Amino acid sequence: MGKKVSSLGKTYLTLGFIFLYLPILILIIFSFNESKLVTVWGGFSTKWYGELLNDKQMLGAAWMSFKIAFLAASSAVVLGTMASIVMVRMGKFKGKAAFASMITAPLVMPEVITGLSLLLLFVAMAQTIGWPAGRGMLTILIAHVTFCTAFVAVVVSSRLREMDVSLEEAARDLGAPPWKVFFLVTLPIIAPALVSGWLLAFTLSLDDLVIASFVSGPGSTTLPMVVYSSVRLGLSPKINALATIIVLLATTGVLTAWWLARRVETQSVNLPTGDS
Amino acid sequence: MTQDSQPMLEIRQVSKNFGGLTAVKEVNLSINKGEIFALLGGSGCGKTTLLRMLAGFEIPSAGAIFIDGEDISQIPPHKRPVNMMFQSYALFPHMSVAQNVAFGLKQEKNKLSKPEIAKKVLELLTLVRMQDFAQRKPDQLSGGQRQRVALARSLAKKPKVLLLDEPMGALDKKLRSQMQLEVVDIIESVGVTCVMVTHDQEEAMTMANRISVMHDGEIMQVGTPSEIYEFPNSRHTAEFIGSVNIFDATVTQLEADYTRLSCADLHVPIQVEAGVNAPLGSSLGIAVRPEKITMSQVKPELTDNWLTGMVEDIAYLGGHSVYYVKLASGKRVMTIGTNNDRHEQKVTWEDTVYLYWSITSAVVLYR
Ligand SMILES: Nc1ncnc2c1ncn2[C@@H]1O[C@H](COP(=O)(O)OP(=O)(O)OP(=O)(O)O)[C@@H](O)[C@H]1O
Ligand SMILES: [Mg+2]
Repeated sequence: MGKKVSSLGKTYLTLGFIFLYLPILILIIFSFNESKLVTVWGGFSTKWYGELLNDKQMLGAAWMSFKIAFLAASSAVVLGTMASIVMVRMGKFKGKAAFASMITAPLVMPEVITGLSLLLLFVAMAQTIGWPAGRGMLTILIAHVTFCTAFVAVVVSSRLREMDVSLEEAARDLGAPPWKVFFLVTLPIIAPALVSGWLLAFTLSLDDLVIASFVSGPGSTTLPMVVYSSVRLGLSPKINALATIIVLLATTGVLTAWWLARRVETQSVNLPTGDS
Repeated sequence: MTQDSQPMLEIRQVSKNFGGLTAVKEVNLSINKGEIFALLGGSGCGKTTLLRMLAGFEIPSAGAIFIDGEDISQIPPHKRPVNMMFQSYALFPHMSVAQNVAFGLKQEKNKLSKPEIAKKVLELLTLVRMQDFAQRKPDQLSGGQRQRVALARSLAKKPKVLLLDEPMGALDKKLRSQMQLEVVDIIESVGVTCVMVTHDQEEAMTMANRISVMHDGEIMQVGTPSEIYEFPNSRHTAEFIGSVNIFDATVTQLEADYTRLSCADLHVPIQVEAGVNAPLGSSLGIAVRPEKITMSQVKPELTDNWLTGMVEDIAYLGGHSVYYVKLASGKRVMTIGTNNDRHEQKVTWEDTVYLYWSITSAVVLYR
């Protein structure tokens, strides 16, 4: 642990950080730019934040995106975990290999194809069974759940595979029925994978432009769609302000998660032998 | 040991097939209350499979398992009056030592109150001398400490039968012999019936009251450690437990109180006590343990049971040395000499020596 990082190592590290974070830093700096031109510094100002707060379309899209990302990530974690358990713990069954490769197929499928095929499905469903009635938030959500589930399944199943099966057997042996084994032993042990799966799904959903463009309808534009179309009309420093807020939220989220994880580790849990 | 009329654990004609492979074959065992019983055998002989059938993680393909007279073959693992200590210990990493031990108690139907559970956990941890570590997480413990916690956890529910899978498997050699005695003390103080699995014959002999030697899914022999060592019933058992010299011999003289056999490796006949259960001319194995052979540099005045050869190799082991003597026939015979003289060894490489043993030392092996 206490080993000193060599100066060469330090240089590499610094260069790496600069490469990763310089663009974001520039973006944050320019969000406080007075000038309307995105690339020319015209003095410090917070006016773009003010304008952003008045931009109902942008805020609506952001809220829509967050809602979709939250719901998609949460459903994907539930479905992806269920799929992982079937794949890793259920033993052999007919069609297992097909199931395992099909669940992860969306990972390698080009987004354009996923988007198009889902669009066709939704149109066909609307015509035959009348549901989903129109395209909008619901269809985007369904589309996001499908590909996010694949990502969660990959993350969770690798963690499940790593987990020592004898832990589950020990719990069983000590008298816990299968459902209790899952909630008392399996779930807490794979929880980190669920959290990272959720975060991954959330980010992917928030980020998605292509699939959402296919399956969205009028009145259901997501943030990436708004950003993309406004950039095509010409860059506005408002976008920088929005990006800065998102970076701020993401950083807070990551730090909170880290802090929570640390607290759980060092915390003394309530113990049976506490008194007596 | 009190011999109850009814055994605590009875295994009747149990077999287990995995696809085409028979991992356990028609095993019959009956284990008494309070006994420490070891399943001993080499890798892949089916020990773990048999133990997992007792715990309920595998269902026998045939046969039945009775605990205290009750057929438990079809009962799922969480309802069996049996607890297991896993080879990897399988301590729950997200729970403290105390929570690990309390886990089983919290699963009981008529759950104890919180203070009662706390009291019991403390008792158990005191039993295994881990009371000061109650709040630690398993990854903050040493191997031996983890093992003690695992033992306490598997004793918490007062199982009728305690199962140990390679209990010392995860420990280093020095800690192993210390923990063997400690674990036996704990098990005996609780008085629980115990079935353990091991591939280490020393461990089985140190810990168990009775041992069953397994080979290829079958039970070869069941007996106390000394029965198994002194009266092996097959070549496999004789070779698996300790070291042994086996001579291939043919029966030449059959009497009521002794038998003579001829063997190509010896110039004189081999004589064993009592009549053997085989006709004249049949070939048998004669097993002689190295420590039962005496080595001398002068020719013994005996008519039977001696041979001569040249010392080919000496393994000096401190307290004693193992001598490998090569016979004219090419066979190597092992014997043990105690090093009770600090100065130079009397017998050295290339010396011609005479080896002999008494009529009661050899064991007849029929298979
Ligand atoms: N779930 C399984 N599926 C198929 N074959 C199995 C399974 N479990 C065990 N076997 C086979 O059954 C045989 C006995 O295995 P078992 O684990 O009982 O051996 P063991 O005596 O415990 O050996 P070791 O000392 O190496 O642990 C082996 O040939 C093994 O490959
Ligand atoms: Mg095994």
